[in-house]
Amino acid sequence: MDCMRKMKVAILGSGNIGTDLLVKVLRSPCLECALFIGRNLSSPGMSKASSLGVPISAKSIDAILDDPDCCELAFDATSALDHKRHWPLLEKLGKRVIDLTPARLGKMCVPAANLEQCLDSPNINMISCGGQTSIPLAYVIGRTQDEVDYIEVVSGIASRSAGPATRINLDEYIETTEQGLRDFSGCPRTKVILNLNAAQPCIDMQTTISAQVRRPDLERLRPAVDEMVEKIRRYVPGYRLLVPPTLEDNRIVMMVKVQGLGDYLPRYAGNLDIINCAALATAEAFARHRLSPPAVLKGAHHA
Amino acid sequence: MPDIRISDPTLRDGNHAVAHQLTAAQIARYAAAAEEAGISIVEVGHGNGIGASSLQVGLSREDDATMLRAARAALSHSSLGVHCIPGFATINKDLRPALDLGVDVVRVASHCTEADITQRHIGYVCQRGKEAIGVLMMSHMAPVEVLLEEAAKMRAYGAEAVILMDSAGAMLPQDVTERVGCLARGLDIPVGFHAHNNLGMAVANSIAAVQAGATILDGTARGFGAGAGNTQLEVMVAVLEKMGFSTGADLYKVLDLGDLAEREIIPVLPTIKSISVVSGLAGVFSAFAKHVERISKQFQVDPRDVFFELGRRRIVAGQEDIILEVAQQLANGGAGTAEGGRQAAERKRAA
Repeated sequence: MDCMRKMKVAILGSGNIGTDLLVKVLRSPCLECALFIGRNLSSPGMSKASSLGVPISAKSIDAILDDPDCCELAFDATSALDHKRHWPLLEKLGKRVIDLTPARLGKMCVPAANLEQCLDSPNINMISCGGQTSIPLAYVIGRTQDEVDYIEVVSGIASRSAGPATRINLDEYIETTEQGLRDFSGCPRTKVILNLNAAQPCIDMQTTISAQVRRPDLERLRPAVDEMVEKIRRYVPGYRLLVPPTLEDNRIVMMVKVQGLGDYLPRYAGNLDIINCAALATAEAFARHRLSPPAVLKGAHHA
Repeated sequence: MPDIRISDPTLRDGNHAVAHQLTAAQIARYAAAAEEAGISIVEVGHGNGIGASSLQVGLSREDDATMLRAARAALSHSSLGVHCIPGFATINKDLRPALDLGVDVVRVASHCTEADITQRHIGYVCQRGKEAIGVLMMSHMAPVEVLLEEAAKMRAYGAEAVILMDSAGAMLPQDVTERVGCLARGLDIPVGFHAHNNLGMAVANSIAAVQAGATILDGTARGFGAGAGNTQLEVMVAVLEKMGFSTGADLYKVLDLGDLAEREIIPVLPTIKSISVVSGLAGVFSAFAKHVERISKQFQVDPRDVFFELGRRRIVAGQEDIILEVAQQLANGGAGTAEGGRQAAERKRAA
């Protein structure tokens, strides 16, 4: 759906995630990147933004504090620590924030599962890359299976797609994703495992979701999973089901692969692409939401 | 101080061989005997270390705390050790509680090219005043220069020693000499070696490691461990004695330890089964064997093809989930994968 007027956004963080997100925002019919913000004018991300004709600033959060009208919404693609500092400042200015760090301050959002419930929250947390990949399927398990005892998610990603921030924040990634899985599936026990694989050429991101349920019902699960995968593919084109729900060793197991769009990051980095795709879909929903009266919005979403 | 420090992961690597079903009572008995025998480090827990009990690699019969308490009560001179892989174990959920229970030595492990994921865990162990040892797993998969770089990172994070693991049992003695030698020359901390016996090289490789400068060696009672098993501790200690190296261990008591393990904790003595030979040739983590056998049976495919395809895809320890995908593809004859598996096998045979 097109938007009548583009919503102005700022991107905080000029690393891989921020820069890839920029390329996606530039393609959006609903969003305009009014400011791309980093700390160092000569970083690769800043150079890329500059070459794309996007206004840039190296003043970090001060860029927004100095010119509060520059944007309606800010994406925070810095770090959990920085986001904890940024949020109170942005909240005072009445800015909406989509947080791509694992800071977990705002409402957890997985567009395919709870986008509409998030539209009134000022701070939206995108959980994690593995969360965006696995939580929609855990959500489907929760809705189609009785007595889900345990859900486990294992992701394998290419070493080269795991930058220093990912590596130093492995524990936060695991614990945040486990929390998201519990919240969305209703299953009290969850576990997340991450493997880095150094093979060349680089492997695509792959995620396995296993579940222990009292009475597995694949008849109900399979069509619901297919439907969910289609829903995700609308905003993450590279998402696909590799192994459909299967019973093995008293567990339900399924596997998905995520290829990126290859915007700023290579296609194998589906783990980075998917969180940006999810953040973009969320921001676009905000853009449409703010332009439509609530009654019309409901109709539009069910159209 | 002995020339060679013996680290015994019978109660950890051996857990792979029994699908992580060791009981607290077995752990207590074996740990007490290992202490008697003068073993320096007694490693305990799930096969993949603390926080690893999972559908992915197998659910433990006893939780981490129960296993550690059982061992702690039996050890006073020997150090209580755990294996810890970031990506499986987190500091909050797994490492802090383990240290609170009295773990002395934490062997923080990563795939051999990914040492930087160990930084926080090693740092945390140091901050708690305990001994951190870095472990590079699947070390046949990286060239020596890379191994040295990764080991040096662990040293910089605070590791007091670095262990190279031949997790797939893929190395020949000259591979060990080259790798361990490079680390021993390039680092100012002790270097150790952990062998698997897929190609029947475990004792020979351990000796090659010592001759190349290793001063820490891993060995397990009767070789109890993943797949074809590890270096047999009793043989290793005997050979080291014969060569004139001191180990701090009492040979007779180490032999008794092996007998006790056979009697009380090892249901089936390790042998090099066909599938383990293939695992070693393919360079795939030894502990995949049980999963590959189970899943290959369900999908009615040749487990050897599965191993070669996993090797071709350079799958690392922890990626057990990929076995199912590979088996399913082979079963469907899909995307030329079955053919690919066989071709890989033929290439290996020709090599």
